Amino acid sequence: MRILNLFKIAFKAIVLNKMRTLLTMLGIIIGVASVIAMLAIGEGSKESIRENISSMGSNIITIRPASASSSGVRASGDEMQTLTLKDYEAVKDQATFLSYATPLVTGKGQVINGSNNWPSNIYGVNPDYLKIKVVDLQSGSMFTDAEVKTASKVALIGQTVVDNVFPDGQDPIGQMIRFNNIPFTVIGVLEVKGENTFGQDQDDVVIAPYTTVQKRILAIDYINQIMASAVSEDDAPNAVTEVSEIMRLQHQISNPNNDDFSVQSMEELISTFSSTSEMLTVLLVAVASISLLIGGIGIMNIMYVSVKERTKEIGLRMAVGAKGADILMQFLIEAILISVTGGALGVLLGLTSTVFIEKFLNWPTSVAMYSIVISFAVCAITGIFFGWYPARKASALDPITALRYE
Amino acid sequence: MSKAIIKIEDLKREFTMGSETVRALKGISFDIKEGEFVTIMGSSGSGKSTMLNILGCLDQPTSGNYEIDGVKVKDLTKNQLATIRNEKIGFIFQSYNLLARTSAIENVELPLLYNSKVSTEERRKRAIEALQKVGLGERLDHTPSQLSGGQQQRVAIARSLVNNPVMLLADEATGNLDTRTAYEIMSIFQELNEQGITIAFVTHEEDIATFSSRTIVLKDGNIIQDYKNENVQSAKEELAKLPKQDD
Ligand SMILES: Nc1ncnc2c1ncn2[C@@H]1O[C@H](COP(=O)(O)OP(=O)(O)O)[C@@H](O)[C@H]1O
Ligand SMILES: [Mg+2]
Repeated sequence: MRILNLFKIAFKAIVLNKMRTLLTMLGIIIGVASVIAMLAIGEGSKESIRENISSMGSNIITIRPASASSSGVRASGDEMQTLTLKDYEAVKDQATFLSYATPLVTGKGQVINGSNNWPSNIYGVNPDYLKIKVVDLQSGSMFTDAEVKTASKVALIGQTVVDNVFPDGQDPIGQMIRFNNIPFTVIGVLEVKGENTFGQDQDDVVIAPYTTVQKRILAIDYINQIMASAVSEDDAPNAVTEVSEIMRLQHQISNPNNDDFSVQSMEELISTFSSTSEMLTVLLVAVASISLLIGGIGIMNIMYVSVKERTKEIGLRMAVGAKGADILMQFLIEAILISVTGGALGVLLGLTSTVFIEKFLNWPTSVAMYSIVISFAVCAITGIFFGWYPARKASALDPITALRYE
Repeated sequence: MSKAIIKIEDLKREFTMGSETVRALKGISFDIKEGEFVTIMGSSGSGKSTMLNILGCLDQPTSGNYEIDGVKVKDLTKNQLATIRNEKIGFIFQSYNLLARTSAIENVELPLLYNSKVSTEERRKRAIEALQKVGLGERLDHTPSQLSGGQQQRVAIARSLVNNPVMLLADEATGNLDTRTAYEIMSIFQELNEQGITIAFVTHEEDIATFSSRTIVLKDGNIIQDYKNENVQSAKEELAKLPKQDD
């Protein structure tokens, strides 16, 4: 028998049972659509995290104070005063896997220019900071090591600060601003970086020599962080190990469990985040796959009903000359038509909902071609797999038994 | 002497139901020659359908030999049996067995769908011809629910004819019809027989048997009578004699 005829027969059966077929397809449609949408969301968030974090400088290494995990009371790292300039110097002098390093002290305060004021953050750093963070300047220049040494009252500001304290569009370079009532001369404006992964506005900053911030604003002699950059992204893990060892020597710690600092590379951060989102993706896809499986069982169910309902028809077809293989193919094609059509509709629905998610929820999405190919293939296989058994059963019927079936 | 289309020898069919064995056919032998119109009579449960199903290759005998058109059925595979049913036999059922929600022409085309030698155009042409032969040339696109019982049986006859079988097998084909419609159907069978088609017609109604040239009577799985009918009635004439319906 010609395969085209079998397609016609199967197609006719589907058309004669439009509503039922549609309901059966619904399982497959939802299954495929959710697999595609879930993968698009997972893939999209992974990509955007990677992009964002990389834009923050992918070989950055940070050293922060941390409470020893073995001690009973845990203090928040920010309040701890265990990190000193001596530590910074030791790290800078001894580490071989680092290219740049800077102490970092941070404070919050009010930026004032005449009648304009704006709450912002001040970062006290050394000139290497720009190289570590991979930030360029829009205008002006960075302060020098000499200015650090003398604790000069010079500052660089981000675009958000510019927008808020120089609303008239005048050039900030050379202007005087006050940060918590301490006057600073603006010597540079940072290039625009936008929000980072955590939603922080990276342009809402004032950067000044760390000595100035320590003495004149915070009145402290410890530092909050040491920020450094590894020689290369690949060397970041080595740098982390090396820096940890230097720090342990500095702090006379022999057991790593008693570390009163933490060293973290951006690379670690990226993989932490991507692995969480990867896990999430796996979870989402698992849920979606289950709905695809349920869709498949729906097909099997409907094919069983279809075979039962049409037992007499099968008997008649056999009586007029249909072979077992013809009946098998007829029902198999019917199952595959249902699942593949459902799959195609599911792909459409998945793509549309991905667009909607991107547009209205503002979630980053990225449709992977493989997700379409795989879910489509899974659909066809589902059709064959779940259609096979009922079709097989139909084809094995005895013509006279089938004809007599009521 | 014309050749035998059907030859059966000591045909037995037993059904086992649990511990009980029903012997539906107890060793039957006869030939049907080309061009014959044979009525198979007998009371309900005498084995008529069982025999016809075996003749139609829908069922297999427990023992005995069966040859159709020179082919020994016993040696055939399932697929070969399907081909025999497709090409050599036209089966007509009491309950028509048309595909619901499917037009007359598509119903008639059905056997040709399973015959890969026939093209789409040829299939359509032959289906139309078959429907014209049974007087339904105007009802090609009607579905079974839009047709009367008699018309549905005509579609079924057209379907049985469409693949040019060597033999028509009808199981109580007039059983669901009133006398008038039954005679109309019988006149179609008589016409087909005059054109040379061999027919085996199962019925339990005496008057139907008078339209055939030979009658075989079954009782409890045995042939108790097998006689030539010297005085074949014309269904058309009998139809004319029936009182006119007034509905
Ligand atoms: N599939 C079957 N299983 C068991 N017994 C059957 C089956 N088909 C027919 N029979 C038995 O065989 C006998 C003949 O049946 P059948 O050929 O249908 O009679 P008829 O058509 O003459 O009325 C009956 O006793 C019936 O009960
Ligand atoms: Mg019967």
